[in-house]
Amino acid sequence: MKFDAPAGINPIDRMAVVGRAHSRIDGPLKTTGTAPYAYERHDVAPGALYGFILGAAIAKGRIAAIDTMTALAAPGVKAVVTYKNAGPLGKGSKNTAKLLAGPEVEHYHQAVAMVIADSFEQARAAAALIDVDYVRAKGRFDLSAEVGHAPLQNDSRDKSKPPSLDRVGNFEAAFAAAPVTLDATYTTPDEAHAMMEPFATIAAWQGDKLTVWTSNQMIHWTHQDLAKTLGIPEANLRVDSPFIGGGFGGKLFLRADAVLAALGAKATGRPVKVAMARPLMFNNSTHRPATVQRIRLGAERSGKLTAIAHESTSGNLPGGTPETATAQTKLLYAGANRLIGTYLAALDLPEGNSMRAPGEASGLMALEIAMDEMAEKLGMDPVEFRIINDTQVDPEKPERKFSQRQLIRCLRDGAQRFGWSARNPRPAQQRNGHQLIGMGVAAAFRNSLNITSGARVRLGRDGVVTVETDMTDIGTGSYTIIAQTAAEMMGLPLNRVVVRLGDSAFPVSSGSGGQFGASSSTAGVYAACVKLREQVAQQLGVNSADADFVDGHVRSGNRSVPLAEAARVGELVAEDTMHWGDLDKQYQLSTFGAHFVEVAVDGFTGEIRVQRMLAVCAAGRILNPTTARSQVIGAMTMGVGGALMEELAVDTRFGFFVNHDLAGYEVPVHADIPHQEVIFLGEADDKVSPMKAKGVGELGICGVGAAVANAVYNATGVRIRNYPITLDKHLDRLPALT
Amino acid sequence: MKSFSYERATSPAAAAASVATRPGAKFLAGGTNLLDLMKLEIETPTHLVDVQDLKLDRIDATGDGGLRIGAFVSNTALSANMHVRRDYAVLSRAIQAGASGQLRNKATTAGNLLQRTRCPYFYDTNQACNKRQPGSGCAAIGGYSRQLAVIGTSDACIATYPGDMAVALRVLDATIETIDAKGQTRAIPIANFHRLPGNTPHVETALTPGELITAVTLPKPLGGTHIYRKVRDRASYAFALVSVAAVLQPDGSGRVAFGGVAPKPWRSDAADAALSQGAPAVTARAFDGAQPTTGNHFKLQLATRTLAATIAQATTSAKIS
Repeated sequence: MKFDAPAGINPIDRMAVVGRAHSRIDGPLKTTGTAPYAYERHDVAPGALYGFILGAAIAKGRIAAIDTMTALAAPGVKAVVTYKNAGPLGKGSKNTAKLLAGPEVEHYHQAVAMVIADSFEQARAAAALIDVDYVRAKGRFDLSAEVGHAPLQNDSRDKSKPPSLDRVGNFEAAFAAAPVTLDATYTTPDEAHAMMEPFATIAAWQGDKLTVWTSNQMIHWTHQDLAKTLGIPEANLRVDSPFIGGGFGGKLFLRADAVLAALGAKATGRPVKVAMARPLMFNNSTHRPATVQRIRLGAERSGKLTAIAHESTSGNLPGGTPETATAQTKLLYAGANRLIGTYLAALDLPEGNSMRAPGEASGLMALEIAMDEMAEKLGMDPVEFRIINDTQVDPEKPERKFSQRQLIRCLRDGAQRFGWSARNPRPAQQRNGHQLIGMGVAAAFRNSLNITSGARVRLGRDGVVTVETDMTDIGTGSYTIIAQTAAEMMGLPLNRVVVRLGDSAFPVSSGSGGQFGASSSTAGVYAACVKLREQVAQQLGVNSADADFVDGHVRSGNRSVPLAEAARVGELVAEDTMHWGDLDKQYQLSTFGAHFVEVAVDGFTGEIRVQRMLAVCAAGRILNPTTARSQVIGAMTMGVGGALMEELAVDTRFGFFVNHDLAGYEVPVHADIPHQEVIFLGEADDKVSPMKAKGVGELGICGVGAAVANAVYNATGVRIRNYPITLDKHLDRLPALT
Repeated sequence: MKSFSYERATSPAAAAASVATRPGAKFLAGGTNLLDLMKLEIETPTHLVDVQDLKLDRIDATGDGGLRIGAFVSNTALSANMHVRRDYAVLSRAIQAGASGQLRNKATTAGNLLQRTRCPYFYDTNQACNKRQPGSGCAAIGGYSRQLAVIGTSDACIATYPGDMAVALRVLDATIETIDAKGQTRAIPIANFHRLPGNTPHVETALTPGELITAVTLPKPLGGTHIYRKVRDRASYAFALVSVAAVLQPDGSGRVAFGGVAPKPWRSDAADAALSQGAPAVTARAFDGAQPTTGNHFKLQLATRTLAATIAQATTSAKIS
């Protein structure tokens, strides 16, 4: 099916199942410990050996010698995989650095070896016996040293053009002429996904056929990249990942666990299981790159923005991509003169890549502080300042409208619900004992992408519909919304639908990432169900256009036949893939929201604690308010982490992230997270998909950091432009002791 | 983790003798720190003497009105003990400010005293660390030092002692009772228990090889207001940037010890004597001679302000403008 015209009325609009709050259908498996996670697949791969990965001890250089003899002689050891015996390996199209180092080392803790042994403890002990002789090379590890001369990237929408600034109007002239201006630089640090479940894989060969049970968000990408890395035909590889214990972008790609498990299983002729040890997770894998962002705003005294410039510098390994922190600035506010620049420095730190809401999450942390600063310069309320700069069209192409944009309502409804009018616009005025109280707001913005997505649906003789797609559920609720979609389409209650996910043997889906999963994957299921309905109608001898699928029956005219009747002589199977037309060219498809935060800052110690949070989200039809709310409150929690504590500390001498465990890399704990409220505006966006739904998970993090930052400023009167906002950054400017 | 042998000791003296006579032997109590470090091969004992059967898990009154706390009383039990809560509340509060419920259930009084630093370079066996590998150097100096010590450091080491409980014990003037391989017992004032790094940062306490902690004793109650104020980046489950253990009397006198700032719980008599003059006077004395890094210089001001918050909580006299 191709979605190339706005959706009309369709069976989803009945909303008997879709749009209703359902708890997760996979919840009982998780709460009873019976959901099959990758490292525990003894049911399908019994007798596995254990692998333990050794990471590189240097950030850049080469392996002069690697001695595995002692390790090989250690108790229980079956094999040691290194670049010397791994055979030729390709590199996945989505990987920047190689997943097995040698002889070059590209970053700290890049895998240099894996020991395979009878037990995990034996493998771990033997890994410490591997003697690696490194030759260090000079590396570049300090992003701040690269700002100002890092190469410009192509920021225009035409990727065939050479690198250039993205310009609209004449920014410099407008900025020079503006009566009120801001020119400020903001920084965000490197951040880690820090998902609960580490990278984990069990690999088993049968002849030249390989199966990996792994933990991965994008089955198709990983299927392709693992086959490419190992140099085997894709047809000989199966990737299975039905449950994922958190990913946040860290599991979008093939990683070392899967490659090394496959190599280890090959070397030993046995299944091999590998989970990456926690201290390796932070430097071995990808992370959200740090940014240095310069923002210049110019406005008339009325508050109308006339000049907007946003330039961002990030770093990555050679061949890597930039953090697109300027993405939202092209679209969020009106303004006739604009300049966008993205610069990418070559750094020899570990590989940077997507982390929840890549681009916008970092970009809004800067832009939405800048908007707060500008509102103060203008003497305007920050909510009103955003509202008067709203745009209903793409500022670069005014003929191109947003498919739906309710940012103003998000801000207004949120302000009312939160009690924004009680905020004192003068900072550092509100006290509660020795606590300094402040409120902050930020807009939330995240583009709505759709990705080609397929599914297969089966109607069994028992009347149960089974959905098969390689879509993943990374804790988001995919199982549930896919079941809801099939149930709605086929006129069944939720408990008559079975959903099977995450298997490369199933039709290729969007996968989970970029908040495109919910909209795209359910659209694929919709397409397959349309085909299945046609088959059912044909079997029952009714016209599919007239048939009504409801309450487990197919009704046409006066006839009402149980759905199962259509499969009486045999299971019906339908498969289809949703392809996308150019509605995203005709319209700008985006999601919007507003975040409101209240903080208390200890007037003595400067400790910052969030007291209240509210998100108002406009993201099309909400397929399941329960799972969507869980997505958003999780995202808000991550936003608090990014605002107040998350930072991979870079040792710029040795080129690595120093705090590489969960004691050193702090994420919020329960005590940090207060009451969170989420409101979804009632929307249905017919330009986006037949489901009329957009993603919402990543919207939930976009802007949170700035709302916290703005609340801290409102509380203290001290503006901090460098995340995370830790107490040491304002301690010397807090009220004096008396 | 390296292979090791294991035994369960039957008496304190036997435990001490076993560790004293076997090079590379260590005691194992709750294991909440040692086992983690063994998995990372930061600790590589060849032999473990498990002392959990020794039943040193009672809290009893002493003849002089204090308390004697068995070495293996769990952190949970100690912090919940009614006598501790009533008479030594700073200790209950300090313990509950640390770790998590699960860890406190397992961690022991003696083990808590002996917990090792959380310096990230100590934890990464690829990095130079004089504490982990004597003579290898200190990668933390000139590196990421935000959490690390501002005073009591040396050119060889700037690690902090990370615990909370010991900071309260320091302000209470606790005594550590031990037994050695010969069955000799001694009492070590907590002020002398943890050592400054000097040129031997791997030597962290006054204990001799095989010397086993059997109890911690507290002198008779001090009265006053007991406060433990722990400042950190998140609200729970993090080590202190700065902590203050204080026992403050109605007349403005009292005692105060600082955590998160030094290789040991940090207290000075001169600082205590200045308490009635307010927080800045106290910390000026307590941190005289401090050598912070650019990354942790803020701890000096934070210590002053945290103490001011503590005094404010006790007396409502200190304020912010």
